[in-house]
Amino acid sequence: MIEQNNFILSMENIIKIFPGVTALDDVTFRAEFGEIHALVGENGAGKSTLMKVLAGINSPDSGSINLDSEIVEIGSPGKAQSLGISMIHQELALIPYLTVGQNIYLGREPHRKIKTFIDWKKLYKQAKVQLSRLDMDIDPKTLVVNIPIAQQQMVEVAKALSINAKIIVMDEPTSALTDKETKILFRVMRHLKDQGITILYISHRLEEIFEIADRVTVLRDGFHISTSIISDISSDDIVKMMVGRELGDLYPKKNVPQNECVLEVKGLSSGKLLNNISFHLNKGEVLGISGLIGAGRTELARALFGIDTFDHGEIFINGDSVRIRSPREAISMGLGFLTEDRKEQGLFLGMSVRENITISVLKEFSSFGFPFFSKLKTLTEKFIKQMNIRTPNIHQKVKNLSGGNQQKVLIARWLNLNPRVLILDEPTRGIDVGAKAEIYTLIDRLAGDGVGIIMISSELPEIIGISDRVIVIREGSITGEFSREELSQDKIMQCAATGGIDES
Amino acid sequence: MNLKETDIKDFLRRYSVAMILLIMVISLSLFSWRFLRPANLINISLQTSIVAIVAIGMTFTILTGGIDLSVGSVMALCGALASGCIVRNGFPIYTAILLALIIGVGIGFLNGLLIVKGNIPPFVATLAVMAISRGLTLVYTQGRPISGMGDDFVYWGSGKIGVLPVPVIILFIIFLISYIILRHTRFGLHIYAIGGNEETARLAGINNDKSKIFVYMISSFTAALAGILLTARLWSAQPNAGVGLELEAIAATVLGGTSLMGGYGGTGGTVVGAFIMGVLANGLNLLEITADYQRVIKGIIFILAVMFDIYTKKEKKKG
Repeated sequence: MIEQNNFILSMENIIKIFPGVTALDDVTFRAEFGEIHALVGENGAGKSTLMKVLAGINSPDSGSINLDSEIVEIGSPGKAQSLGISMIHQELALIPYLTVGQNIYLGREPHRKIKTFIDWKKLYKQAKVQLSRLDMDIDPKTLVVNIPIAQQQMVEVAKALSINAKIIVMDEPTSALTDKETKILFRVMRHLKDQGITILYISHRLEEIFEIADRVTVLRDGFHISTSIISDISSDDIVKMMVGRELGDLYPKKNVPQNECVLEVKGLSSGKLLNNISFHLNKGEVLGISGLIGAGRTELARALFGIDTFDHGEIFINGDSVRIRSPREAISMGLGFLTEDRKEQGLFLGMSVRENITISVLKEFSSFGFPFFSKLKTLTEKFIKQMNIRTPNIHQKVKNLSGGNQQKVLIARWLNLNPRVLILDEPTRGIDVGAKAEIYTLIDRLAGDGVGIIMISSELPEIIGISDRVIVIREGSITGEFSREELSQDKIMQCAATGGIDES
Repeated sequence: MNLKETDIKDFLRRYSVAMILLIMVISLSLFSWRFLRPANLINISLQTSIVAIVAIGMTFTILTGGIDLSVGSVMALCGALASGCIVRNGFPIYTAILLALIIGVGIGFLNGLLIVKGNIPPFVATLAVMAISRGLTLVYTQGRPISGMGDDFVYWGSGKIGVLPVPVIILFIIFLISYIILRHTRFGLHIYAIGGNEETARLAGINNDKSKIFVYMISSFTAALAGILLTARLWSAQPNAGVGLELEAIAATVLGGTSLMGGYGGTGGTVVGAFIMGVLANGLNLLEITADYQRVIKGIIFILAVMFDIYTKKEKKKG
């Protein structure tokens, strides 16, 4: 039994069944003391479910969990914490109108002699210590709503550290971080590892996994596929195991843009957010917009689409000067906008695939307010086939689809309107490699049909792989523009982080 | 630079209501010489204190992202029960008051259970309980006022300690307790957490259900207490006491800067909000505007307060 002590955690034969789907099918997962263990798989593969079982959020239908060679029952998140298991969730889950310190110690507030009363002094002192472990120099009394997203993510990490966890689960912690912050996070992770803490790391970014992880476990469709030491395996192997098939070229770039300008922006300015932005977009062109989070990329898209007003500037569509005051007007002029947050600002999660796809064209497909359901059905089925949307039927609720398929549903809705310009804001965030490739193919095909595409993305390989031209935004200004031939990660990062390439 | 701006916004959000109250007091005292007379001011605080006590309890429910529409009916029922027990059954007054308070808290427990275990939205659950409580009040009083409770009972609504009416002193005590709960206890922090993000609160190991049930018990407790004070002030329990009071309590809460979406605000603002409503009513009386018009004006002010709340939230999101 002594040799088993190497494992701090072993989850044996875990089965978890949700209505209609077996999320975990006899999965066995073991983690060693003080290792960084990456967990990869497509969306719906079961990574998050497995970790939620560990964190006491989901209870397994069968199987056992051994912690430090003792069988434990993890019935609730509170129990998991008291066992030294902490989870950082994918979606930011801080409470906006509480302070940083209050968020870190929520549910575990240091108290005075009478347990009811919080010892604020102690709480903020301890919070300060936790933050300084992450090199964060912010006042723990600041309200979370007043700090940037990236810092909020680090507060999540501080929160996880503060319970003195033996095992920390990180579900895509870097999705909102800049490179610099990611580096700090990685340094902290290595430091924790040296202290004997085990980190279970879920990420879609394979480069990160090769940089930080010691071992990697691949899940697919609820099954455990493999666990390997990271140096024994290649990126291609992982992808192959994840998708269960050979993946073609990730970035199919066939299309060539036409010479006809479809959208032109001149001198767009809005307060401190946007400063004298000018660019043009041709028919069939994919224009990448790169920059750090908060640089003004989304703000630019929102201004173009008539969501936010701007102070100065002109917009031309097909050469005509236009004023766009609302999304409604934007749509009528042939603009489409796939928002960054598909769940909050795009989909009707509780409604069906058909309803989500056809809601934009209901008017054309009804008479006197009564929709022609057979026509809507045909239309929906056409898109499902054309875009390879994986859904059991057209009546499935969208919230039950995977992230990639949800994104396809949203794109289908826009395509219904035959847009001339489609703005995509982080279209592949949080979706798996297989679905990403399909979305890239789709983008290329749309460009081939003559649609002008503006693609906002934080992932450099993606923006380099898919764009005909890239502009880089920093603090609301354009700091660089590159054609496809000139593109490189270094150049983009330099413009994004420091404001331009030395022109000397 | 940026930090300063948010500081100013926070400051405005926090103290704008107090400034509005100050401006109202100054302009009303310029309008009418009667306004600043001590008797008038004491009258305002007496009238306001009952709404303010209910509004403090309401603030707890709104902070969790809920609402309690049953407060007006609970007031009437508990006032009637306390009076009835004294007059009809000859209970000692403190036994009667205690009984009425316990029943009030019990109704709050029921509200909480319906919301937490029955998964009924707070709006619907408390609306139903509002109808039930009002019905029970009418049954119990047979539609007629109950009076003759004796001086010891009436003292709680009409008596004074020094120059201050007893209900005003009780308001002060209730406010103090609420402040300590919200600012210095774990339960208080958890109320904000639940209102801010229920799922996060649950994942942090907070017992949301228990906290929420407790919040509705607090709300009903303050309503029951206010009902007893009102009965004592009017010397009789009216079967239709507290009709429409939920609106005033919600308005005072929102006017006081507590967000209807939950997670932001506090009872200090609520008390100021209640006083704004009170001063306004008094001012309108002095200006000889009838009660019917006053209702219209109160409704409009409520809408403005909610709009202000939504507007400042939006600004925050942008910034």
